[in-house]
Amino acid sequence: MRRNIRLYLTLVFILLLAAFAVYVDLPQGSKISLKWMKIPYENTLQTHLGLDLKGGAYLEYQADLSNIAQNKRPEAMQSASSAIERRIYNDGVQEPLVQTSGNDKIIVELPGITDISQAIKVIGQTPFLEFRTQGDTSQPQQATVDASGKITLSPYSGWDTTGLTGQQLSGATVQFDQSGNPQILLQFNSDGTKLFSQITEANIGKPVAIFLDGSVLSEPTVQTAITDGQAVITGQFTIQEAKDLVTNLNSGALPVPIKLISNQTVGATLGQDSVQKSIVAGIIGLLLIALFMLIYYRLPGVLAIFALAIYALLSFAVFKIGLSVTAVILVGLFFFLAIASNWVFGIFAFVSYFGIMFLGGLNPVTLTLAGIAGFILSIGMAVDANILIFERTKEELRSGKEVYHAVEDGFKRAWPSIRDSNISSLITTVILYSFGTPSIKSFAITLGVGIIISLFTAITVTKTFLQMFVGHNVLTHPWLFGVRRKKHSEPLTSGENK
Amino acid sequence: MLDIIKHYKFWFTVSGIILLLGIVSLSVFHLRLGIDFRGGASIQISAQTRPDTTKINQVLSKENIGNFVIQQTGSNGVIIETAPISQTQHDQIISDLKASVGNFTEDSYTSIGPTIGSQLKSQAIYQLLLVSLGIILYIAYAFRKVTKPITSWKFGWAAIIALLHDLFVVIGIFSILGHFFGVEIDSMFVTAILTVLGFSVHDTIVVFDRIRENLRVESGKSIEDIVNHSINQTLVRSLNTSLTVLFVLFSMLLFGGVTIRYFVLALFIGIISGTYSSIFIASPLLVIWQKWQDRKLKRA
Repeated sequence: MRRNIRLYLTLVFILLLAAFAVYVDLPQGSKISLKWMKIPYENTLQTHLGLDLKGGAYLEYQADLSNIAQNKRPEAMQSASSAIERRIYNDGVQEPLVQTSGNDKIIVELPGITDISQAIKVIGQTPFLEFRTQGDTSQPQQATVDASGKITLSPYSGWDTTGLTGQQLSGATVQFDQSGNPQILLQFNSDGTKLFSQITEANIGKPVAIFLDGSVLSEPTVQTAITDGQAVITGQFTIQEAKDLVTNLNSGALPVPIKLISNQTVGATLGQDSVQKSIVAGIIGLLLIALFMLIYYRLPGVLAIFALAIYALLSFAVFKIGLSVTAVILVGLFFFLAIASNWVFGIFAFVSYFGIMFLGGLNPVTLTLAGIAGFILSIGMAVDANILIFERTKEELRSGKEVYHAVEDGFKRAWPSIRDSNISSLITTVILYSFGTPSIKSFAITLGVGIIISLFTAITVTKTFLQMFVGHNVLTHPWLFGVRRKKHSEPLTSGENK
Repeated sequence: MLDIIKHYKFWFTVSGIILLLGIVSLSVFHLRLGIDFRGGASIQISAQTRPDTTKINQVLSKENIGNFVIQQTGSNGVIIETAPISQTQHDQIISDLKASVGNFTEDSYTSIGPTIGSQLKSQAIYQLLLVSLGIILYIAYAFRKVTKPITSWKFGWAAIIALLHDLFVVIGIFSILGHFFGVEIDSMFVTAILTVLGFSVHDTIVVFDRIRENLRVESGKSIEDIVNHSINQTLVRSLNTSLTVLFVLFSMLLFGGVTIRYFVLALFIGIISGTYSSIFIASPLLVIWQKWQDRKLKRA
């Protein structure tokens, strides 16, 4: 009897889980809120599509770190990537992603941007900030004619370069004077401090102009020589103007030169087309598998199709809810413990996953074209565990065991090969994830998650379904399992615990 | 019961021929590398009706960009591949093309510098070695309890040889496809290869697992019989599993996008080879090796 209670409980749990997965999978953002339990958790789940599916630009920059000391390099990379991030935010791109990769690479993802020239201009044109002093104002602009007859006008007429540029600036901040007007505080590095003190000393009472990309930003007049490397720009700023100026000054101080080494832009239409084709391919693939399982394995085949459907729902729900390294390790560990020693560990697996979810520690999986391919492929592989179990069960039936025990032993004996064979695929996905490009990472995640969930569905869902039918003494004829046997199956003995 | 071990020479010859063809093609034609490995740019455009490729050819010949390839894609698209170009060159090409063939949409534009290509290449080799190492270690661990008469490291080596078999079958076939049909190798291809390796071992392990079990249960019998019996017991499962995977791959090949077609094809070939090698290569190898060693022991 205890066996039956456990079976029913498992079945109810599986159905609840499936219902939850259906809710999560709904295309319009499913909302999960724990406010009614006084837990501050609220999240609207959405499918995250990669740039190749929703359209956008992917840019990869390489920084030239040859002039930066070894131990300062990570810091320089970090400040370069935040400088780029500020530039993009100023340009109003939705949900941009800027991250460093490896030792000297910066990856920029701009969803929805398909005019790549525009994007590259925003990032690539490192603003050039420089300080100039007033030269001979009577000098007119000079024109030079080169060999090809091209006329160049000397820029910045009336202003002399000083060699002091954004490179020597260590930062700029907004501050307020006594009457509450915004000012801008500049802080130079040691080289800049020296240079700035020389410049100010030589130009007391005269203006020093700050140029950004060739146009005058501000023209403060020097009051005294400044030796502490700090300069305050006063002027008629609004707070917003001051903030923008500070942002420009700070992003002007890109610490290292960067070079665009690869870029990929996909238009939204091509992405939509790929999504549609993948969905069609996935559905047809599923139908082919269902047909095959039905014809070849009959009753267990039907159950496997249900298990597979639950598998697909669960996997997709996990992609939407998200993952983290901690979650994968904890859930994987408890899951294997559940199979190896006691099923109670299975509860821990779910508790830990939902716990991390409610703590906000999960990141949704970004689905790229390769990721969807990985998911579809994992459906094909998910059937494997079912097939192994069925084949073993059939063998046990052929040897003359009655159905309940044949199912039990079939599961028990199939497990070592299921475990060993899937671990080799998991090793591959871990290595692919560790070294891959974003597209390959997505493939590795969907395939890896797929394999783990397929183990769960084969062992829990398929087994529970099979035992439900057997436990009720219905549909136990060996024909339903695709086994021909001369002797008719014996009646089942009930109440037998393993 | 199929006697696979008895006819091992036939299966080894079949594999030998395929591998030989592949290796000859590899050494003569090499692999056709895609732009992510050699660096270059790829522009995909489409319009209501397919842009005129002869006109595109004329426009591109005038630009100073070196060699280029123009390919038709889908029902109304064209893919242009060139050496690495700058952003200014790209903008110039697009505006010149629009002037010549009329308006179109730029569906995608990829440009990869030559340095990143060589990095990806070394990364691919690195990954391949890591995956193989991980698998060898895992098999040695999984089969650590098997000692008599076949030691666990023999299982490991047999699985690795089957794995190399699959690797060279896929690479060889793609070398031939590359030469005759212009199929290119990209980083997705490497991903496919690594997935195939995982699957190949996956399949081999199921057969070996049965051999491991039968070595215990049927300890009186000869190795040939045990291995042959094990193969037959797992045959249906091996074929069915591969079939279901092939079903989805087949569906992706027919209905999925053009973008991942060759990725899926590499998986398709690899999975067929992986299933074949675990039955017809890895298992007979175990027997041959063991018998060779027994003979050596007897002589000594």
